[in-house]
Amino acid sequence: MSETTNKWIGQNTIRPDGAPKVTGSAAFAADTNMPGMIWGSVLRSPHAHARIKSIDTSKAEAHPGVKAVVTAADIVDFPVDTPFPLGIQDMRWMCRNVMAREKALFHGHPVAAVAATSEAIAAEACKLIEVDYEVLPHAIEIDDALAPDAPILHDFIEFEGKPSNIAGTLEHTKGDIEAGFAEADVIIERDFTTRPVHQGYIEPHACLVSVAADGKATIWSSSQGQFMVRAMTGLLTGIPQSDIRAIPAEIGGGFGGKTIVYLEPLATILSKKSGRPVKMVMTREEVMRASGPTSGSKSTIKIGAKKDGTITAAEGIYWLQAGGLPGSPIRGAVGCALAPYDIPNGRTFGYDVVSNRSKVAAYRAPGAPIGAFGIECVLDEIAEELGMDPLDLRLKNAAKEGTQAVHGPTYPLMGYVESLEAAKAHDHYKAPLGPNQGRGVASGFWFNAGGESSAQVNITEDGNVVVTTGHPDIGGSRAGIANICAELLGIDYRRVSVLIGDTATIGFSNLTGGSRVLFASSIVVTESTNNVIGTLCALAAKIWDIDPEAVIWEDGEARPAGANAGQFPPLTLEELAARANESGGPIGAGAQINTTGAEGGFGTHICDVEVDPELGTVQVLRYTVLQDVGRAVHPSYVEGQMQGGAVQAIGWALNEEYIYNKNGHVDNPGFLDYRMPVASDMPMIDTHIIEIPNPKHPQGVRGVGEVPLVPGLAAVRNAIHDAVGVRFNDLPMSPPVVLDALDMAEAAE
Amino acid sequence: MTDTQYMAPQTLDEAVTAFAAGGEAARILAGGTDLLVQMGAGMVNPGVIVDVKKITELNSIEETADGGFVVGAAVAGAVLEEHPTFGKVWPGVLEGLNLIGSTQIQGRASLGGNLCNGSPAADGVPAMVAAGAVLTVQGPNGRRDIPVKDVPTGPGKTSLAPGEIAVCFTFPPRPAGSSDAYLRMIPRTEMDIAVVGVGVNLTMKDGVCTDASVGLGAVAPTVLLVEDAAKALIGSKLDAAALDAAAAACSAACNPIDDKRGTIAYRTKVAGVLLKRTAAIAAKRAAGV
Ligand SMILES: Cc1cc2nc3c(=O)[nH]c(=O)nc-3n(C[C@H](O)[C@H](O)[C@H](O)COP(=O)(O)OP(=O)(O)OC[C@H]3O[C@@H](n4cnc5c(N)ncnc54)[C@H](O)[C@@H]3O)c2cc1C
Repeated sequence: MSETTNKWIGQNTIRPDGAPKVTGSAAFAADTNMPGMIWGSVLRSPHAHARIKSIDTSKAEAHPGVKAVVTAADIVDFPVDTPFPLGIQDMRWMCRNVMAREKALFHGHPVAAVAATSEAIAAEACKLIEVDYEVLPHAIEIDDALAPDAPILHDFIEFEGKPSNIAGTLEHTKGDIEAGFAEADVIIERDFTTRPVHQGYIEPHACLVSVAADGKATIWSSSQGQFMVRAMTGLLTGIPQSDIRAIPAEIGGGFGGKTIVYLEPLATILSKKSGRPVKMVMTREEVMRASGPTSGSKSTIKIGAKKDGTITAAEGIYWLQAGGLPGSPIRGAVGCALAPYDIPNGRTFGYDVVSNRSKVAAYRAPGAPIGAFGIECVLDEIAEELGMDPLDLRLKNAAKEGTQAVHGPTYPLMGYVESLEAAKAHDHYKAPLGPNQGRGVASGFWFNAGGESSAQVNITEDGNVVVTTGHPDIGGSRAGIANICAELLGIDYRRVSVLIGDTATIGFSNLTGGSRVLFASSIVVTESTNNVIGTLCALAAKIWDIDPEAVIWEDGEARPAGANAGQFPPLTLEELAARANESGGPIGAGAQINTTGAEGGFGTHICDVEVDPELGTVQVLRYTVLQDVGRAVHPSYVEGQMQGGAVQAIGWALNEEYIYNKNGHVDNPGFLDYRMPVASDMPMIDTHIIEIPNPKHPQGVRGVGEVPLVPGLAAVRNAIHDAVGVRFNDLPMSPPVVLDALDMAEAAE
Repeated sequence: MTDTQYMAPQTLDEAVTAFAAGGEAARILAGGTDLLVQMGAGMVNPGVIVDVKKITELNSIEETADGGFVVGAAVAGAVLEEHPTFGKVWPGVLEGLNLIGSTQIQGRASLGGNLCNGSPAADGVPAMVAAGAVLTVQGPNGRRDIPVKDVPTGPGKTSLAPGEIAVCFTFPPRPAGSSDAYLRMIPRTEMDIAVVGVGVNLTMKDGVCTDASVGLGAVAPTVLLVEDAAKALIGSKLDAAALDAAAAACSAACNPIDDKRGTIAYRTKVAGVLLKRTAAIAAKRAAGV
């Protein structure tokens, strides 16, 4: 396969999920119903921090219509002193997050759940549950949680020998940081903060669970991993995984926030107790109070450079909010922060800080935007100080093939430099700017990921193809797989149906996250398809009575080759499928692989803004995303990923934030006051696809989806600085914040 | 939990009787774009819902012989937008109403609902206050007129007596050279709640402002009529000094709260900024350019 001969790879083929979504027939999690189904509702903590002394559910259980009640006593306990990692989660924290155990750790933390014959009865019965709380002082912000007299959330967490809200640390170092700063001609050190932001998927968490009389459980839910749902539900309920069938629904957005369970274990226990199928659907308010978001952060960044722009040393220290239980994405922050640069002396350090907020969940390049924000802002300032173009400064220090990153790996062939060069050459970078307008640039990196994938490729009796994989499709994987499978088989892509299997019908596949799915599943699909082609060639050989090695597969048909070339008329896929039983039977192959070779992705963004100096509003005028995507198997989906990431970054930079009241409750738990951007806020996001194929992948695929969120926060912030001369080091740069800073800058003059 | 009764009478008299009989738990439903959201959030749980969308008087638009308008309280934004002349005479009132929500919301939302919901940030109200519009209400004790500026009495509260239903708004006839405008500040470009909203109604003659009126929203417990701002404009050529004075009057009139939607300092400053911008638009329209 090569760029020039590809027929389907690189084509914007029709999305397999397009028509169902546009016509409303796609079945999301809340669309599934069953006869006899009842409704579950969650009772949530009214306090930000409280010890649970006792729970009395008797009145709720006696309420007419109530069929079952669940509390932490029904959920398998994972003792706090024994780590139990499962993917990126730890079951010690998962069991305490799905249902408060010793303590309610945030306002909205589940305390009990009820299943009843209607949603209204279930909600009413929740109010009849009597919980005796000992209300404790709470800490919401990082500084509150780190204060010497801070309320300690967990007495089993210690840091430097003392009870602490610092639950963990992670450090990367390279070279000699002190010596590096000593060599620098200019050193800039700044403090930054970012706010927690929600993934903002449109579809709230929802599930339907039926535990049948034989004890076997079926779960229909919206998640980024049906196998994650099965494993976590099994562990939290004590049901063996072989007795749980998790069926993935079409997913209405995840962005990382659905790599975790909230409702499935509760609904499973409620169904088991009641003997009825139980449906649970979160309200938007529940989503905003108790799911996601990603961490808020503070950081201190210090970079030193020589007069010619060579970076001699860089250091980033980060504190990330984990929410009520440990596990903030410090790895993404400290790992990705310096990854785009070839730096001789570097150090990054991250603290995982618990406080009385909902437990964070993965969000598109978890931690990486936080890591990049301060670094990319300080680089902008260094460029200004040195009188250098900010892209030239980055080019001077750009990581390349062979560079050893501060976080460890030595890079193979990759396209960061190309993204910078393309940005410099882009007409956007040269376009004139008007008054109050400014331009900013920034770069970013994401690790990408491999891991376990399974696929089955079957040839139907009429000679078409069904591919089953194990990953919920949140970014176009079905379309990409159809292109790849059709390319390999040399047939029209419309003859390939790509489905997502449930946990009983396809082998283990790790969850959809880390930009891994097309990378990993195309490896297993390629192997399966090649095996199918081998079977087809063997079948043709048998029919012709020649050596299998003397048969080649071309343009969707078996052809005799070598000495036999031209001796027999070719056999098409349809003909071979029809004659499958003549020799061996059904044609199909599967593969299950723990894939490796996912290499990192890099991108550079250019952002133009206009600031209204009287209102403090920032309008994004033009935005260009330039990224090495490896191979754009389905370019419009790739562009969609690049655009979506940039839009989420713009929202994070400009307006999104949780507002807590003095009681530690979120005061804006909905899209009206949690200000995600709306379509009319955004310009069309321009994309520039760079293809430096990943040498370790059969089609050259790299992850695409996460990189485009990483540079955006700083690109917007650097553009605002260029427009009005003020450097904002705290997000969001909302109108009151911007206006206030402009007024202060004016007063200072 | 109680069950909710729903009725959609054809006449105003029937509606008044049913609404009064329903007592405190009764609610009028016009577009429902506030009421249904509040019910969904569990904030209200009406015993009776009286839908007024079937009553002709509440759903018609009439241009009177003298050039005034009578607009039914339940007329939806999209319907008023399609009227051939209303938007030419009162472009500011219309743009205030049309800013509400989205296309879907415009198919339902009404000026009556916007006013009776009692939000200090209601987008339809400041331009109506500036326009000097008058609301006609009908209740068990008959019919009466209330200037729109006197309808809101606090967040979620109005001066309508128990059982009274908003029927229609009367917009006065106006001299040549008059126009109006409405601007709001929101952090996004749509689907948001005004942090400040300003309606300005002007009459210009030979470049001089001969009459003016300013309505200010989202900066106090109720929408305000800012007479000092109007005084600063009247008699001026809307020069910088007059606009500065009017802006200062708007800022001075502000009595806002610090909340999730904006700070006191921000709202106070922006009220003045928007006054200038809104007055400029109204003046341009009044001059016919
Ligand atoms: C998505 C969305 C976006 C929105 N955006 C905006 C916005 O940008 N700006 C804004 O100002 N508002 C906004 N709103 C709020 C709402 O749409 C407006 O206030 C609208 O004008 C309400 O009109 P309605 O006819 O739907 O009122 P309804 O919901 O029918 O009624 C509102 C209240 O007034 C009472 N009422 C209605 N009619 C009468 C009457 N004739 N007599 C007595 N009482 C009556 C009702 O009982 C109720 O208490 C938005 C709402 C939604 C859902």
